[in-house]
Amino acid sequence: MSQSHRIDAKLAGGQIDRTRTLRFTFDGIPYQGHPGDTLASALLANGVRLMGRSFKYHRPRGPISAGSEEPNALVELRTGGRQEPNTRATVAELYDGLEANSQNRWPSLRFDAMGINDKLSTFFAAGFYYKTFMWPKSFWEKLYEPIIRRAAGLGSVTREEDPDTYDKGFLHCDLLVIGAGPAGLMAALTAGRAGKRVILADEDFRMGGRLNAETFAVGDSQGADWAAVSVAELSAMPNVRLMTRTTVVGAFDHGIYSAVERVSDHLLTPAAGKPRQVLWRIYTGHAILAGGATERPIAFENNDRPGIMLAGALRAYATRWGVKVGERIAVFTNNDDGLRTALDLQAKGVDVVAVIDSREGGDLLPGIRHLRGAEVIDSTGSLGLKSITVRQSNGRSETIAVDALGVSGGWNPNVNIHSHHRSRPVYDASIAAFVPGQDGPQGLLVAGAATGAMSTHAALKTGRDAAMAALGLGTGPDLPQAEDAPVRITPLWHVGHGKGRAWIDQQNDVTVKDVKLAKQENFTSVEHLKRYTTLGMATDQGKTGNVIGLAIMAELTGRSIPETGTTIYRPPYTPVAMGTLAGRSRGKEFKPFRLTPSHHWAKEQGAVFVEVGNWLRTQWVPKAGETEWRQSVDREVLATRKSVGICDVTTLGKIDIQGTDAGAFLDRVYANTFSTLPVGKCRYGLMLREDGIVFDDGTTARMGENEYVMTTTTANAVTVFRHLEFCRQCLWPEMDVQLISTTEAWAQFSVAGPNARKLLQKIVDQDISDAAFPYMGAGSITVCGGLRARLFRISFSGELAYEIAVPTRYGDALLREMLAKGAEYDPIVYGTEALGVMRIEKGHVAGGELNGQSTALNMGLGKMVSKKKDAIGMVLSQREGLTEESGYRLVGVKPVNPEAKLTAGSHFLETGAAAVAENDGGWLTSKVYSPHLGCDIALGYLKGGDRKIGQRMRIVNLLAGLDTEVEIISPHMFDPEGERLRG
Amino acid sequence: MASLQAMTALGAHGAAVVEIGPLRISERLDVALASVAARRGRMADLAKTAKAAGIPLPEPARHQSGEPYSTFWVAPEMWFVEAPYSSHELIADLLKTALGDAASVTEQTDAWVVFDLAAPNLSPVLERLCNVDFQVVAEGYATRTVMEHLGVYLIKRGPGSARIYGPRSSAESLLHALETAAAAAF
Amino acid sequence: MIIHHPILGPRDAQEFVYLGDATLIDRPDGMTAGVEAFHDYLYNRDNPAGEHRELWYHEQGDRSWLVVTRNTVTHEITKVELARDVARARGRTK
Repeated sequence: MSQSHRIDAKLAGGQIDRTRTLRFTFDGIPYQGHPGDTLASALLANGVRLMGRSFKYHRPRGPISAGSEEPNALVELRTGGRQEPNTRATVAELYDGLEANSQNRWPSLRFDAMGINDKLSTFFAAGFYYKTFMWPKSFWEKLYEPIIRRAAGLGSVTREEDPDTYDKGFLHCDLLVIGAGPAGLMAALTAGRAGKRVILADEDFRMGGRLNAETFAVGDSQGADWAAVSVAELSAMPNVRLMTRTTVVGAFDHGIYSAVERVSDHLLTPAAGKPRQVLWRIYTGHAILAGGATERPIAFENNDRPGIMLAGALRAYATRWGVKVGERIAVFTNNDDGLRTALDLQAKGVDVVAVIDSREGGDLLPGIRHLRGAEVIDSTGSLGLKSITVRQSNGRSETIAVDALGVSGGWNPNVNIHSHHRSRPVYDASIAAFVPGQDGPQGLLVAGAATGAMSTHAALKTGRDAAMAALGLGTGPDLPQAEDAPVRITPLWHVGHGKGRAWIDQQNDVTVKDVKLAKQENFTSVEHLKRYTTLGMATDQGKTGNVIGLAIMAELTGRSIPETGTTIYRPPYTPVAMGTLAGRSRGKEFKPFRLTPSHHWAKEQGAVFVEVGNWLRTQWVPKAGETEWRQSVDREVLATRKSVGICDVTTLGKIDIQGTDAGAFLDRVYANTFSTLPVGKCRYGLMLREDGIVFDDGTTARMGENEYVMTTTTANAVTVFRHLEFCRQCLWPEMDVQLISTTEAWAQFSVAGPNARKLLQKIVDQDISDAAFPYMGAGSITVCGGLRARLFRISFSGELAYEIAVPTRYGDALLREMLAKGAEYDPIVYGTEALGVMRIEKGHVAGGELNGQSTALNMGLGKMVSKKKDAIGMVLSQREGLTEESGYRLVGVKPVNPEAKLTAGSHFLETGAAAVAENDGGWLTSKVYSPHLGCDIALGYLKGGDRKIGQRMRIVNLLAGLDTEVEIISPHMFDPEGERLRG
Repeated sequence: MASLQAMTALGAHGAAVVEIGPLRISERLDVALASVAARRGRMADLAKTAKAAGIPLPEPARHQSGEPYSTFWVAPEMWFVEAPYSSHELIADLLKTALGDAASVTEQTDAWVVFDLAAPNLSPVLERLCNVDFQVVAEGYATRTVMEHLGVYLIKRGPGSARIYGPRSSAESLLHALETAAAAAF
Repeated sequence: MIIHHPILGPRDAQEFVYLGDATLIDRPDGMTAGVEAFHDYLYNRDNPAGEHRELWYHEQGDRSWLVVTRNTVTHEITKVELARDVARARGRTK
């Protein structure tokens, strides 16, 4: 009985390709549909109305709409890593091989065990959780929440990685038109013909909007045909970009919009290299919101059964998709648009058994049982509609057997995007709906049904006029002839009858009773109503339900609807997948990598890398037979201290500072003095923040009279540069200083150890004896027979050490050359771990000590802060709280028992003191195993630490269960006299 | 210096060329680059010496071609000057000599990886990478922009021709971004 | 947001780094002003709901520091100046 509900093609061909068949499954059962179908239209064509279970009560539900406003027909699409929950069957484009499953049901959609919630509904009214699960507090996490989470909810998330990619991109236009119905198409035609750059975006896969769902004419042709001709004209314009399957989801400041393009959602799998979706950032001169209107239902008892739909949706399924939702159909309406549904369906041979029109008097439809002054008050049918109960104007009730009911309570303009900047919609009594208010997003105009202009003629006219106004055009195209029927509506929000539940917000299971309860508990403001009942807080943001809810609240409180007001909408217009927001920034593509000049050499050696910011640095380089990281690190440290080691230090920030005021500028940004540094020398510099806390450190060399090279820590390279630009432009604009980063221009290696000079002398063309190139010397040299290079005699390890730099392209070759030429000294390459061991042995501060809370005084570097000159941070570093003698001081630490272990982050305590906060003496900032000292060593900040050298204390770490006796020693734990580095 | 062999930013010993659909990405190893910044209050002097030396100093957001020097603007009173690497490896020294003390000059050659992009129309790939309105900006437009978190310079040489300067250490990541964007676009 | 850069025209605010109140330009002289003056300079800021002059850095652009006059309620930007020009106008000649 394939596609039992498809209407004969002669009566309603629809915009589907009946010559081709698509196969799909729903809950494992195979079905067939046609290209042009949505999942919902194809299921309805197969007589399937039941598509889901409701959020809270697990009520059987079917679609109520034919668009993105759908609250009920939420399904899981696809399987495995591509499984996607909570997609709306009404907008899921059908493709061959689609697998869909219902959700929020167990064991099956037809029999759902949690349907018991529906029988216990009294317990689940608004505010139930707040009142019931309050006590005892400890039960919440352990008992209540897990039970509620299992019982309520929507689809399930796959545990597998999404195999698809998502892109981001940027578009520019004079005019963005949101929605390609009659208003949007007319706006795009107006702007496109005037030669403007236009983007026309529509969430549907077929442009035309409601024209595709209607039967009336535009000009000489059917509306849908006029739309197709218009789209063809636009697509031929090079200045117009047509974007189907593209939802504009948000309006942002200054004409920026975001849109989600579903590039591959209508395919089984994306084509090679193509993303599933693209998140576009659209820069616009102007935008026109032509998003149409959404029909709203009328609340009556049991109005949520599968088969009960919005009247306009019934019409759309018949006209666009050639589907009759039922064999015997009735329509319940309070306005003329509902009558149009009845006529359209009848013209397609559908049996329209009754039109229940809540309005009194007026003309009756010919050839249809048209009941005036009547209301639908109840329905039956557990898994799908079987009958409705109608109360006629004379008060008599009648049961009518129907399997589908179209309900029309009027149409709400889709103001959503217009209120993304908090513009409040205003109530227009003539159409009984909210229309866009004042102060919408700058540059955004609204046209068509989104403004409340409901006729086709009005849509075309307002679309054209909005484009002319936005772009300042004097003339526009002539409008084609189109219907201009007025809106005739007598508001009816809910049917006042009985004690059963009448649904308002079907996705969050909010009923008329819940609104009454909210009123009873004095949550009468719309914002309170929303939060107390969760009205409009589901994934559909209450597109079909909100206005009914607030209108009922208005009734209950005796206020008018304008007095009651409305809540507003936020981005996104429809839900956006997390993958779309992440774009390419996933896994290895999360951020770009930065590779050092020695990376390829290190990779050949099987080096282990560590991420430092975006850099991949060599952490250690294992040799054959080394099975544990400490073996490699200890070896690298010992070999360096014994002979020579090489470390890639390219990652340190390098900033070229030139100008006649370069020295004076450095005096202002460093706590110590640089203007007196001789050319050809370098100096350790300490940079403070204005609040007196240490910001960064590094060595800066004077390469010429007006030329310095500053180094920064790897981590702060960018922020130091930004800070220097601030100082240069905002504080001292008269200084002659020019800045440029050269971090990446030079490959720089530290060469350290007693044989460092001997090794380098085999590379460097000039004499680098101690006399020719003394400690803290710096200068331009050449290597390997003439290649320009730089040499700095600085040490971070306590050894005789140099840093040598060559143009980056030669970095790899220089390293290989040093290892080859210096082979007699058994040079090794060491990584960041050995670097850390040696700097801690020597007592140099790094990340753990430069923690953004510590002063020069804390680090034992207080004397570096010159008070003879003005520098950033100089004044505030002298604040009372920062200069206490009993404040934190950097100390070295080693365990009394050499076998004992230390842990960074542990706290200092006096012997015998209880491990409580009041007795805290400070903490360990960095810890390593020192192969030189043969035990764990650490640096730490200890209160009054400079006066505690030689004392014994305890190191306590309650988390690690550690309580160790230690000796406080000088932080300079290796070669305190510095004989080695001056050697 | 014959004893040291240069390695490209991509870890190879020759320029990379990648073709994805109609797009051709060509790594350029033959560009020498240096920054030139006017010393404070010396713009007029710099303009004079630069003119004499045949070094263009274009307006903001512009690239200007010349022989041997081509230049693009990077910051107020600061430019990047390009020249053929084979003849101008020591570009910083050459510029210092030419411009005297009116400018601060810094070698930048190896700070960047250079990719030339060529396709009949580059907009479809560039719109997935950066916010530059490539279709509309004039030839010779030069700007700093961001591509997949990387700060790059983008120079428009024609509707289907552009040059990108990206941070050298991230050359592989940048090329990967260009390739994936091209695969998605074309 | 779009910031109309005085040299480069409209640029996306994503290219900028935000610092805060433009009064950070008015740094006291460390050789004459004391802790109190610096404390005031660094910590005491107005936080207006409305027009605010603030510092933005064009990090992914031309590295200009800008003074942007922006309404913190509506995000309307009414003026954008080069911070260097503002600093000079405020007498920061040394």
